[in-house]
Formats: sequence, C-alpha cells, structure tokens
Amino acid sequence: MTATQPTTRTQPTVRTCPFDLPEEYRTLREQDPIIQGTLPDGVPGWLITRYEDVRAVLADPRFGASRPRMVGGDADGATPAPPPGTFIFLDPPEHTRFRRLLTGRFTVRRMQQLTPAVEEIVAERLDDMARAESPVDLVQAFALPVPSLVICELLGVPYADREEFQRNSATMISLTASPEAFQEAREAMRQHIHRLVLAKRADPTDDILSELVQTGELTDEELAGVGSLLLLAGHETTANMIALGTMCLLRNPEQVAALRADPTLMDGAVEELLRYLTIVQFGLRRVAREDVELHGHRIKTGSVVVAALSSGNRDSTQFADAPDQLEVGRKYSPHLAFGHGIHQCLGQQLARVEMKAALGALFKRFPTLRLAVPEEDVPMRHDMLVYGVHELPVTW
Amino acid sequence: MKVIIDENKCVGAGQCVLAAADVFDQRDEDGIVVLLNPLPPDDLGAQVEDAALRCPALAIEVVK
Repeated sequence: MTATQPTTRTQPTVRTCPFDLPEEYRTLREQDPIIQGTLPDGVPGWLITRYEDVRAVLADPRFGASRPRMVGGDADGATPAPPPGTFIFLDPPEHTRFRRLLTGRFTVRRMQQLTPAVEEIVAERLDDMARAESPVDLVQAFALPVPSLVICELLGVPYADREEFQRNSATMISLTASPEAFQEAREAMRQHIHRLVLAKRADPTDDILSELVQTGELTDEELAGVGSLLLLAGHETTANMIALGTMCLLRNPEQVAALRADPTLMDGAVEELLRYLTIVQFGLRRVAREDVELHGHRIKTGSVVVAALSSGNRDSTQFADAPDQLEVGRKYSPHLAFGHGIHQCLGQQLARVEMKAALGALFKRFPTLRLAVPEEDVPMRHDMLVYGVHELPVTW
Repeated sequence: MKVIIDENKCVGAGQCVLAAADVFDQRDEDGIVVLLNPLPPDDLGAQVEDAALRCPALAIEVVK
C-alpha cells in the first residue's frame, strides 16, 4: 500500500506522567509510523516511532549525521557548521577517524576497571550527603557531581571548572536558549578545552586529553571539539539517568525491594531504566543522503528524519510484556537508549558502571530515601534535549 | 554455529562483550572486536545471537 498524503503534525512533547511519553506516540506507532511535521525547535522533518524503523534508519548509511545540531538553529533550521572534532555530526570516513582514536579508551574492560574508583567517588558524595541536613537536592548533591567528577578525572579537566562547563552544557541542550546563547556557550566550552589542550601539549598528564595530544593525530582545534563533546556527553546524560532513575525507583518501591532481595538484578535494572526512561527525549536526527522510500513515502535527499528512541523503547512489538511498566527483572532485549548504528554512544560502558555504582550505593546507604516534595512539584526537564529533573529534593 | 566478524564495520561499542564474553573481546588499543572463538558451542548460541542483534554496526554474522 502506498500512502499518498503523509499526516502532518508537531512532534509530541507534552507528558502527562513524568515517566511516560506523550500519549500520541502510542497512536503514531500503531497507525502512522511515519509522519511529516515540525520538530520541537521548528525544523521540518519526518518522525518515525516504531522500534524496527528506528533501528533500521540509524543503521542505514543512506541516512547521515552531518546535520547541524538540534537547538540553536535559525528559523529555517540552519546553523553554522559544528566546530572541528564534533564527530557525532560527521559521516564516514571522517567519523571513523575520530571514533577509532577513542574506542580503545572506552572499552568494556577499561570501564569496568574504573569501578572501584567510581565507587569511591560515589561513597564520598554519599558521606557528604549524610552529613548535610535533609532535605537535599539530589541533583546537586549526588547525581551531577558523580559523573562530573568521573569525566573530569578521565579527561584531565579540573573539577574546579565544573560551574562553568555545567552551565555551558545546560545552555547547549536547552530548547529555549537563543541561537546567540547557544553559540556563546559552545564557544566558551571549546575555548576552555582548547586552553587545556595547549597546557597538556606542553606538560602531558595521565588522562585522555593528554593521550590524544600525544597521538599527534588531531589538530588542537579538533582536540578542543572532541574534548568538549566528551565532557558534555560524559556528565549531562548520566547525571539525568541517576536523578530520574532514583525518582522512578522511588515511585516503584517493589522494584527496589526486588533489587535488595537479589543484587544480581542490578545489571538488568540499569538496562531497564535506560529503556524505560530514554532521556534523549526528542530522538536522534539524521538526514537522507539520497531519496529513500519508507512506509510508502518518499523521503527526499536532504530531508531530516527523527528517530524517536523513546517511542521505539516502548514499542510493544519489541517489548511485549507491558512496555509501559518498569520491570527490573525484564529479560534483556536490545534497547535504543544509547542510539544505534555507527554513532551508538561511545561512553555507554562508562554510563553503565556509573549508574550501577550510584544507584546501588544510594539505596543501600539511605534505605528510607523518599521525595521531600509531592511528585508533581518536582521540576521536570521538558525544556531540555536530555530529559530528567532540574532538582530532586529528597529526605531520609 | 560459525561466527564471522567484520573489523572494518566495528565501532567498538562493546555490546558483544556484554552479551557473550566467552566469544567476543575488544582490542585494548582501539576497542575493535576480537573473536575469541569462531566456532562457539551450542550452549552459547543464545548469547552469540544476542551479540549479533545488539551490535549497532551490524559487524557480526552468525552462520548456522
């Protein structure tokens, strides 16, 4: 069957439950697996919502990633080209050159070897939290510091610089930041890393930026771009998974009880939280590099396609057993939380190690942990590309 | 069961190691997949198929 006129509408963004997707996604998956419309920042594009389509598009070389980013665009969606080294917006063979330089530094083995160091960072933050008077904001006390400290240590970025880079990161993924504010934040971030690169070239230390400098494979400009990307991606996403994951577990005490009764469920619980919460809330963008036909519609060269990761992760054809319920004992099925295809998250093994250490220790150390405000008063990140909570007041 | 890998496609995501650590490893230098056992025993079949399914770069082929 060939559809003649695609449905046109805006990408759904309004949630009625903090953990569930906008209700329209279910209807789209069932009735309209591809629609043409407007994305949250006003860019026109095609939206795909089914698990199989999302996986297929992200693995399909006919769809490229060399598209200016999601926010900070002009009205027509055009943005200045991303700075050198921003490899998530590159296609092969340029992308391959950067990815190959980095993958050895983020292997399963290397990341699992970091577990004791991550657990120590987690324990120190929890000690501080225990000494503080409750309620505390779990984001500032725990969820944001843990991945920030870890990525700073790995990259060789002084943790003292955190206020600056956390502020710039937040602006770069805000849907409401003006193009000027976005550019300014991106440039400040890039210059910050550029200064560090110059310092490490003169005096290398034991960290990823120094190692990359010493390979001689990248220019200082490229290194500044790579470093900015790793710094941003390394703390924003995991921080929100830890905070939103905590809030979600507090809503599902029987799941916490199951984890307490059987700690071996932890690996699966992390995967399930990744699937269930899928914090890249508006999906990933690709651009058709040639005309492609999908569900009877011709996607013309140059068109933007949005692969809705969060919708794919709630698709009942893939996750047959109550996909809208959190089930820490769920049998593993490949989820899309880290994306798919050649750009699949480079830091995913680090994220797993951090989530496991952080959530495990938090609920062990504070068995009576609970929200300090009604759930509906928790400020949710509807306005950010990375979903989560702006604050999470907790007590114990 | 026979496993074939394509190093050129591999993007070092490490999903195969999580799925079937007895069959797949990663090179320390560049994270690229290392095939530990191209002819895994049948009892690892489900893990190997899981690895192939998870691989984001479609770099693992399983021949039965």
